[in-house]
Amino acid sequence: MSAPLDPATAPTFPMAARTLVGDTQLRKNVRHATDVIQAKRRRVVDEMPDWQALRESGRQIREHTMRHLDRYLEQFERNCTAAGGVVHWAADADEARRIIVRLVQQTGSDEVIKIKSMTTEEIQLNKALQAAGIKAYETDLAELIIQLGEDQPSHIVVPALHKNRQQIREIFRSTMNLPDLGESPQDLADAARRFLREKFLRVRTGVGGANFLVAETGGVCVTESEGNGRMCLTLPETLIAVAGIDKILPRYQDLEVMLQLLPRSATGERMNPYNSLWTGVHTGDGPTSFHLVLMDNGRSEILADEEARQTLYCIRCGACQNVCPVYRQTGGHAYGSVYAGPIGAILTPQLQHMEHAQSLPYASSLCGACYEVCPVKIDIPEVLIHLRNKVVEQNTAGIKGLFDAEAAAMKTMAMIFRSERRFRAAQRLGRMAQSPLVGSDGWIHWLPGFAGGWTQVRDLESIPKESFREWWEKRGASDVR
Amino acid sequence: MSAETSSRSAILAKVRAAIKDKHDEHDKHAAGETRDVENTKDTMTRNYRTQALGDRKAVLDRLVDRLIDYDAHVAVCLPGELAATVAALLARRAVELRLRRLVAPQGLPASAMPPGFDFVVDGSGGHLLTAAELDQIDGVVTSATIAIAETGTLVLQNAPGQGRRALSLVPDYHCCIVAVEDIVATVPEAFARLQATASLPTTFISGPSATADIEMTRIKGVHGPRFLDVLLVRSA
Repeated sequence: MSAPLDPATAPTFPMAARTLVGDTQLRKNVRHATDVIQAKRRRVVDEMPDWQALRESGRQIREHTMRHLDRYLEQFERNCTAAGGVVHWAADADEARRIIVRLVQQTGSDEVIKIKSMTTEEIQLNKALQAAGIKAYETDLAELIIQLGEDQPSHIVVPALHKNRQQIREIFRSTMNLPDLGESPQDLADAARRFLREKFLRVRTGVGGANFLVAETGGVCVTESEGNGRMCLTLPETLIAVAGIDKILPRYQDLEVMLQLLPRSATGERMNPYNSLWTGVHTGDGPTSFHLVLMDNGRSEILADEEARQTLYCIRCGACQNVCPVYRQTGGHAYGSVYAGPIGAILTPQLQHMEHAQSLPYASSLCGACYEVCPVKIDIPEVLIHLRNKVVEQNTAGIKGLFDAEAAAMKTMAMIFRSERRFRAAQRLGRMAQSPLVGSDGWIHWLPGFAGGWTQVRDLESIPKESFREWWEKRGASDVR
Repeated sequence: MSAETSSRSAILAKVRAAIKDKHDEHDKHAAGETRDVENTKDTMTRNYRTQALGDRKAVLDRLVDRLIDYDAHVAVCLPGELAATVAALLARRAVELRLRRLVAPQGLPASAMPPGFDFVVDGSGGHLLTAAELDQIDGVVTSATIAIAETGTLVLQNAPGQGRRALSLVPDYHCCIVAVEDIVATVPEAFARLQATASLPTTFISGPSATADIEMTRIKGVHGPRFLDVLLVRSA
């Protein structure tokens, strides 16, 4: 099995991207899929005369939630518990995994059916379940493709968007033992229906996530397309959901905003086929036992950083990924995290306490397209710049900073720019030093050492033979009329 | 204190420290002044549409248009024509889907269960059908709490005539009966109507089960019902 996307061990973005942009099939698949979603999104967004008003309300609701998150968490817990649910608290991924594994073991079951959930991907839950001898069946079509293909998700909403129908057919053919399987999307969906139906009817424990937690009612909302989510949260005896503490909404009414913004932004539909809303347990309808794990895992630290706090407003629609010129070239795997694209570039390093994935805030041209499409108006470029700043500050602080080549270079530059004499000397020196590096076209394509980071992705214009000042001085006083 | 209890207080403490801000009311709270979130006034700006753009006819037309766009089949009838129209809808699907055994939730009017089909009422005789039994059923007939025109959405809740969630999920065919007066124009109108019964298990259904996971093509029918008929009943 390919290793789960782990930001702590993943190669840096430029290294991973270099390999992936060479995969022309992958780029074609990603380009096609993101083109299709963008066109669909545009059509259903343009028909909404109040789209900007909805975005503004969406942002205000999320902003308000974060400012009062402690109370809303407590209120949610109180109401969910009163309705028969059991709320658990997990400080980090490890604790969340231990709680879920223990809850599954208590059911006596050694298998679970899973609803697609980015949070379970974030904590690498399947690996932990497997280690405990519990078999997890992914039931979302895309997640099934990823699981059977021993692959990793590359998009928040459409995790297998990097695979085309022929590739999916090959995976299903070999893993479902269907040598005659056709390659039409209908054939592939039918195969998944037959493959999973037996599991829906048999497995007694469902595991998933949540799109929204409603503090006012203690209710949980899951949005989906296929009905696999409904199967997992309706048919089993036990349902276990894990959700980040950021998934809270204050009021039931707030769903009227989110359920307009999310489907149009995510899949370009007026409404996705199914939304499920439930509160605790309901006699004679669905599981008899419901557990909800509220997980922090770095979120409270993001909350504490006022300039980055808006990262937590995200409702995981993936619109920023589809529109991002960087994501569209590299696909999701280059980000080394289950959260790829612009939102991943700001979320992942923060979930890693800024200790890993430090190259991600630079994986952007700051073009701002992500902000334009964000349904809750997260200013991703603003957060990217803030995080770049943090990365630099962190790497230049203390003893370590004395040895940081970039910081040293910046200090030298500052010293040079402060004095005209030093600046002129540096220009002369630079002209001499650059000569072995300048190509026949007058551009520098390669720089040695740490400066190579610059030329890895762009060319550098050489210093001209004569500067403007030198030319001006040579004209002499006689030219001045 | 268990590990989980201590995580609870640790998380809440971290959250409180993170949002502590001299300029907001949290400090008052810290000074002993309690504030109940439930009673906080809604301070959100809500300038989005809550009403329909057109008249009732436009709303109805829009719902029909959206449902057909999702590949649902739509019929309209008067209350007196209910039995005959349901029978016609089922007959239309009978051959294609080999529709024979159907399930109905308790509280569905008898006129919605036309003769010629084998109807099982879920929970009759105290027996709720098991998942395996439901899997042997060809279709389901239910009513709905409301329908949303703007998005082509049917909203079902655990209520008489609608039943538990599995009923409208496991069988491959769903016939949903909606009274025209239960059609709202917009999503905000829907939530205003649903607020009173917010704690009931609720399902929003927008078209037959579908996926776009393969090359972003919306394909009908993965795990939920692949065939959806909607019958709109006009007021007499």
